[in-house]
Amino acid sequence: MDLNDTPEQAAYRAEVRAWLEQNASHAPATRGRGDEEQAVAAHRAWQRRLAEAGYVGVTWPAEHGGQGKGPLQQVVINQEIARAGVPGILDAIGVGMLGPTIIAHGTDEQKQRYLAPMLHGDEVWCQLFSEPAAGSDLAGIQTRARRDADGSWRLSGQKVWTTNAQFAAYGLLLARTDPDAHKHKGLTMFIVPMDAEGVTIRPLRQISGEPEFNEVFFDDVKLEPGSEVGAVNGGWGVALTTLMFERLTIGAGSEGMGYRADRFARAIASDPVAAKDPEVRARFGELATELLALRFTGYRLLTAISRGQIPGPEAGMGKITAVNGAIAAGDLIADVLGPEALDPESEWSYLISFLPGLKSAGGTEEILRNTVGERVLGLPPEPRLDKGIPFSELRAKERQEVAS
Amino acid sequence: MNFDLSDEQVLLREAARDAFSRVRTVEAAREALEGGELPDLWPTARQAGWTGLLLDEEHGGAGLGAIDAILVAAEAGRVLASVPLLGHLPATAIANSAGGPGSAGGLDDGTLAKLASGELRAAYLPARPGDDLDPAWTVEPRSGRRRAPAPRVVRGDEGLATVNGSVAWVPDAVGADVLVVVGVEADGSPVAVAIGASADGVSIEPASGVYDATRSLGHVTLEDACGRVLAADEEELRRAWFLAHALIAAESLGAVEECLERSVAYAKERYTFGRAIGSYQAIKHALTEVLRRQENTRSLLYYAGWAYDDKPDEFAAAASAARAAGGAALDFAARELISVHGGIGATWEHDAPLFFRRAQLSRRLLGGTGDAVDRLAGELLSGSAAVA
Repeated sequence: MDLNDTPEQAAYRAEVRAWLEQNASHAPATRGRGDEEQAVAAHRAWQRRLAEAGYVGVTWPAEHGGQGKGPLQQVVINQEIARAGVPGILDAIGVGMLGPTIIAHGTDEQKQRYLAPMLHGDEVWCQLFSEPAAGSDLAGIQTRARRDADGSWRLSGQKVWTTNAQFAAYGLLLARTDPDAHKHKGLTMFIVPMDAEGVTIRPLRQISGEPEFNEVFFDDVKLEPGSEVGAVNGGWGVALTTLMFERLTIGAGSEGMGYRADRFARAIASDPVAAKDPEVRARFGELATELLALRFTGYRLLTAISRGQIPGPEAGMGKITAVNGAIAAGDLIADVLGPEALDPESEWSYLISFLPGLKSAGGTEEILRNTVGERVLGLPPEPRLDKGIPFSELRAKERQEVAS
Repeated sequence: MNFDLSDEQVLLREAARDAFSRVRTVEAAREALEGGELPDLWPTARQAGWTGLLLDEEHGGAGLGAIDAILVAAEAGRVLASVPLLGHLPATAIANSAGGPGSAGGLDDGTLAKLASGELRAAYLPARPGDDLDPAWTVEPRSGRRRAPAPRVVRGDEGLATVNGSVAWVPDAVGADVLVVVGVEADGSPVAVAIGASADGVSIEPASGVYDATRSLGHVTLEDACGRVLAADEEELRRAWFLAHALIAAESLGAVEECLERSVAYAKERYTFGRAIGSYQAIKHALTEVLRRQENTRSLLYYAGWAYDDKPDEFAAAASAARAAGGAALDFAARELISVHGGIGATWEHDAPLFFRRAQLSRRLLGGTGDAVDRLAGELLSGSAAVA
């Protein structure tokens, strides 16, 4: 076992570190209040600077502006960015998940048009998958796309939990194109210009008071012919590709979430009484065990990634450990510091407010456990009442049941 | 970045699993509760070379690391095998630095070679190093929360020493040839002494009423017992305590894996209300929790195994975290194994109670998992573990 870099990785790390040292003065503040437009502009410029140095989309093939490197080089960049205390790129969702999906399923035209501006942060992207009535059961989405005679599309519906929608140029959107097909069969993936007529974006404020997400409404939005990514009615397979890259992004970034035992230890140790209190020590030791396990499970995951393996559903367990460990930490710190910890200006207030929502983000704990139970342990699935029924009938049946 | 087992380590693990599979250890665990004899697995350990695992090659050992010991302990734990490595391995880790010409370090090369080959079996008398709240070295008391003072060591001539004190609940002391005692001198500094188990003043009382009959425990009393001072320094004596923690955690990991396999298999074949019980979220989510704890324990054991050699100042934190995770994981897994099987899982004839007994006793040995949790907290809060 060896957590050290290979000579090749060490050389790459040194290069990235030296570049960051020279350029860190151009980085915007990691988190701040104030004017969002200015903050986005500064962050965009930072992504462009990183991209021009070859540190954005390093795993993308060279023909699309990437470096054709492995996921471990991406991890080295993430680690060095965290170490330098500067923010990562503005459009991590686009570069990490949506761009790779377009590379895998898009047409040559789409790749030519969209990938370079995405990489440089000139056009930010958002992910338009979840809906108010379809989260855990993503294939139950109802946003409708209808094809006109000229091959263009008309889009109507609502998406939710959309990060970055307020300044995104494009969105990757999953819509239902054949309601008479079975649930997973009648879906198609689209590229949607966020400035199109009929698109309405509203911020969704979270517990902290900050708008982390948006809801996006589509009212008869016209999409040009050729807006679809992958085959018409083949959207579920495209969505699975995006979710696979999401796991890879989470796996490669598990260290970067900031939920580290040593960070929480400093907060508790700042109170000398707390540091000697048996109850505080017992609670802290338990949660530190979880967070240390998270970190070293992450290294096992990175080892697998560096060998070219794609993380399986078991990677989702790390999210459960991270969220619950961090919730326990926030709770303990609030118990130690008292009401002051909940002051909006406190380092901990935001963390405490943010975590309840994170429990559901990127797969609820319950759905992750179902997936791991079935796909890793091989336990039988729960009976599904939606199998083999056209989606339109399924919806009618659901409405009938609620009414009765 | 390579945080995985090497090919050699995988082979070592497979060989251990194969060796244990030839003995009916789980059945023997039940029979032993009713007074039956446990199979003697020491010859198996000798043949496989596990007895010399942590001794250098120059002493006749294999010169391997903590991770290799952890892998063997996990396989022993999987089948509840009663093999006295928890006593022998930390003892030999201390003895390893005791060699040298003319037995300058306390033991002659012949004795070390016999420890390596298993001709002599050693037992480690665990002493808990002081922590951020109290610097005193302590040992297990017979009962209660107050820890007992470590045995008192008085040095004599020619590398000899006399030792006085008691250590309760010592793993694998009964039947050992050599006791490696960790005690303190008058100024409180720790020192290791090797004492022949049959020397004058040594009394080893087999513990009675041991809840898990596969676990050999003894209460050791030393009255002016004479032995040889070993050259191991304070850091090595600290390390032995945490190595024992890591080995208990490893045994737990193996047992958790067995509990999970058995639980999953039963959840697929037992039906209620027309479907397999494993299809219900209540069962499925509990079993994924066993899996989550199992993999967390494995990651922390890899961390401990790696830190033992490569990050010595993190070893205490790593081994303590592994012990905390492993102890809780086995408790959870054994209770789930019983629950998934329903009432039958709580009967004498079923194997589940044997894993439950293992879980309950293991969690209370060597300070208990609660002490490991507190140690991890202390290491991180005091900043003494540079966990970076």
